Amino acid sequence: MSDIASSSFVRQDLLNERPAPVKTTGFIGLVRTRLFNSPTNILLTIVGALLLWFTIIPAVKFLMVDAVWTGKDRTACLAENAGFAVGACWPYIQAKLPQLIYGFYPEAERWRVNLTLVLAVVLLLPLLIPRLPSKGLNAGLFFFAFPVVAFFLLHGGGITGFGLSWTAGLLQLFDDSIIGAGQALLTSSKSSAFAPLLWVVGNFIVLVGSAIYWLIFPLTWLRDQFQGTGQSVWTDFAITAAIVSLIAFFLGGGVRTGGRALTSSLVTFVAIAIVIKLMGLDHGGLPIVTTNLWGGLLVTLVVSVTGIVTSLPIGIALALGRRSTIPLIRIFSIAFIEFWRGVPLITVLFFATYMLPLFLPGNFTVDGLVRALIGIALFTGAYQAENVRGGLAAIPRGQGEAAAALGLSWWKTTSLIVLPQALRHVIPNLVNSFISLFKDTSLVSIVALFDLLGSLRASFSDPKWSSPSTAFTGFAFAGIIYFLFCFGMSRYSLFVEYRLNAHRRN
Amino acid sequence: MSTEARKPPPQIALKIRRVLGGKTGWNGIAVQFAFAAILGWIAYEIVSNARANLENQHIAAGFGFLGNNAGFDVNQTLISYTGSDTFLRVFVVGLLNTLVVSVVGIVFATVIGFIVALCRLSPNWLLSRVGEIYVEIIRNLPVLFQILFWYLAVLAALPNPRQSISLLGLAFVSNRGLVIPRPIGESGFEAFLVVLALGIVASLALRIYARRALFQRGQVIRIWPYVLGLLVGLPLVMVLVSGPPFTFELPQLKGFNFAGGSRIIPEFVALTLALSTYTAAFIAEIVRAGILSVHSGQMEAGSSLGLSRGTTLRLIVVPQAMRVIVPPLTNQYLNLTKNSSLAVAIGYPDLVSVFAGTSLSQTGQAIEIIAMTMGVYLLISLITSAVMSVYGWRLSRSLGA
Repeated sequence: MSDIASSSFVRQDLLNERPAPVKTTGFIGLVRTRLFNSPTNILLTIVGALLLWFTIIPAVKFLMVDAVWTGKDRTACLAENAGFAVGACWPYIQAKLPQLIYGFYPEAERWRVNLTLVLAVVLLLPLLIPRLPSKGLNAGLFFFAFPVVAFFLLHGGGITGFGLSWTAGLLQLFDDSIIGAGQALLTSSKSSAFAPLLWVVGNFIVLVGSAIYWLIFPLTWLRDQFQGTGQSVWTDFAITAAIVSLIAFFLGGGVRTGGRALTSSLVTFVAIAIVIKLMGLDHGGLPIVTTNLWGGLLVTLVVSVTGIVTSLPIGIALALGRRSTIPLIRIFSIAFIEFWRGVPLITVLFFATYMLPLFLPGNFTVDGLVRALIGIALFTGAYQAENVRGGLAAIPRGQGEAAAALGLSWWKTTSLIVLPQALRHVIPNLVNSFISLFKDTSLVSIVALFDLLGSLRASFSDPKWSSPSTAFTGFAFAGIIYFLFCFGMSRYSLFVEYRLNAHRRN
Repeated sequence: MSTEARKPPPQIALKIRRVLGGKTGWNGIAVQFAFAAILGWIAYEIVSNARANLENQHIAAGFGFLGNNAGFDVNQTLISYTGSDTFLRVFVVGLLNTLVVSVVGIVFATVIGFIVALCRLSPNWLLSRVGEIYVEIIRNLPVLFQILFWYLAVLAALPNPRQSISLLGLAFVSNRGLVIPRPIGESGFEAFLVVLALGIVASLALRIYARRALFQRGQVIRIWPYVLGLLVGLPLVMVLVSGPPFTFELPQLKGFNFAGGSRIIPEFVALTLALSTYTAAFIAEIVRAGILSVHSGQMEAGSSLGLSRGTTLRLIVVPQAMRVIVPPLTNQYLNLTKNSSLAVAIGYPDLVSVFAGTSLSQTGQAIEIIAMTMGVYLLISLITSAVMSVYGWRLSRSLGA
């Protein structure tokens, strides 16, 4: 024991301090480890710095330093008047701003656009913040109530009837078409090789048509009763409210549990009545502003919001159809999805602009904006279908099986168990689709609609503001707007993705 | 006494029900009938309305108009075309122009995309930030916006041909487009091409042979000197024997414009620039995700086997990353091809512009023309997806083995 102790060495005095380790954190550390740690890296840093130098400096110079900030017309933005090489010509944007935002929307009516935008923001913001409650009500308001209100705000005009007369009119149109088809078959059966077959089918179709006629007869009769009276909107409204509320009451479970459905239905109708009264829809509503006067950011937002609102139901229906076991529905969904995904959007817009009017009855004209909207809805719907399908595929089979074991029907399984989970899974993908939709709205400028990009392009041709920097200034402005919207959405999608993956992190 | 299992009872009715109606059986069949009836009704409405509308507008349906004279000029044609050619020829001209801009765009987009991806993956902080800024800015601006930006702002701001920017005296950039030297075939041109093709085929055969030797016998054959000789040496010998196969005609400034050389129209330049930079941003993200998807243990395993960093990348990381990269990359190529239809906004004579644009407004044959145009794009994307599913099938087979 003692020899170990004697042979061991114990230092008596303190060591000198070693020099502090090379800093690897903070700015200095970053510079040391990731910018200048090897000859290659130093070279790369220099390349990167040069790239930034040749892009950022001219951009800042153009946008801020050399920019002209005030002026009446193009003379302010010419180099010989300003005395230096002129950068951005901001007075041009200032002069064209109303056109870039509202298009040719009448100046006196622009408050309607502003009000619609405010409504949209008020409804959308709480929908985007996950912590806030009552998402269902909020989503219902944004996806169903807001588009209708926005239509009457932006377009103007009133209503002459309500649910009852619309339903009756629609059914009558449908019925007329069926009877027409049957009669066409009957007339062609006279000169055909399959005469008996055609005659039988034609008669059958006519029979179905007349059966439908008698089925909807109470509706049309009721409509004709109050059509002439001055209070047709309110009579119709009251009848519709009564019928829908009664149906809701009985479907909701009758006397035992139907009270809740009845109350919500009544509340909805009271809200609708208030809106109708406030906007004066029953006697003409706001003055009509036809869509060829709309333009600028307004059209961009209208097209993208309508696309978002309409493409999602189409997408869900197609995705469910594609997963269905019923052959015809599955084949139809696959063909529909692959067709729209296989063609460029611009051909879809051409299709909607030139081909769709040919497919509709001759006396039936569709507004140019609505045509583009139909094309975009179908196109985006196909893409959303693939997103939703991804979400549906991610739901374990056990979820559906458990629901079936509890005795839920297919509709209840889908709407209560599978879809809510599937949609939550794919929110980031859906938002990414919305980003591309927002970018793609710029294509409507090719089919003679003046969205932000179209208005911008139109403003270039104004001789009052033509100067060498006009085009660059306009693109800088529109680029900033597009970037803000798209970048904002992409950050939001990242945020949602982060939240959804919370359980995978540790 | 035999105890053979009894045959299962024939369940023909059940099988038919299953095939026709899916899991829901008779209900499914009823749904299908209703659905078919609705589809038939819509089809009837469309056909009868279209027929009535066409009659009102005095337009004859059918593809007979394809034989008529087009009567308008196209400012970029790959095959000979004059105004007195038929609409069918216009269709072919437009299709070729679409394919040209797509192929050139795809090449540039791939190159730029890989460079940006390498920047983003680079350990250098500044360079990866530069790559990130590029991707974020480009991805968040509409592609039509970028096309118009290049065409209306950048190219329009270039000087006129007299003050054009000279690139080494060979090519000239001006607001009338890009003028480059034009190769003119000489006498030995065909022989040169044949030798070049022979060299390529021979080097491909060599590579296949070398790989088989490596995989089956473990024998490493160094083939690159031979390949180099075949691809460079053989054509060089040919040139020495029979003189240069082609000469270049340099563009000369004469008066207000260039004579000689071939002019690339500014629409093509703007479209290619915009499409390739736009798609490159998406390709960069795909490549980056693909390389990051390879587990870092693969790299470590490679170096523990004694492979150098480059060899590890080439033999271990890239093949695995490619599996992740190729499907979305093909998708981006397809997107670029579809986006090339935006040429109509700046007047580049692609399929949509000359056929669905000019021809449509001249003949009014909306249904036929738009159906043909959509059909072309649909065919391209269906072929691509067929090729991709074959690729996916081969991949899953090789992974399963």
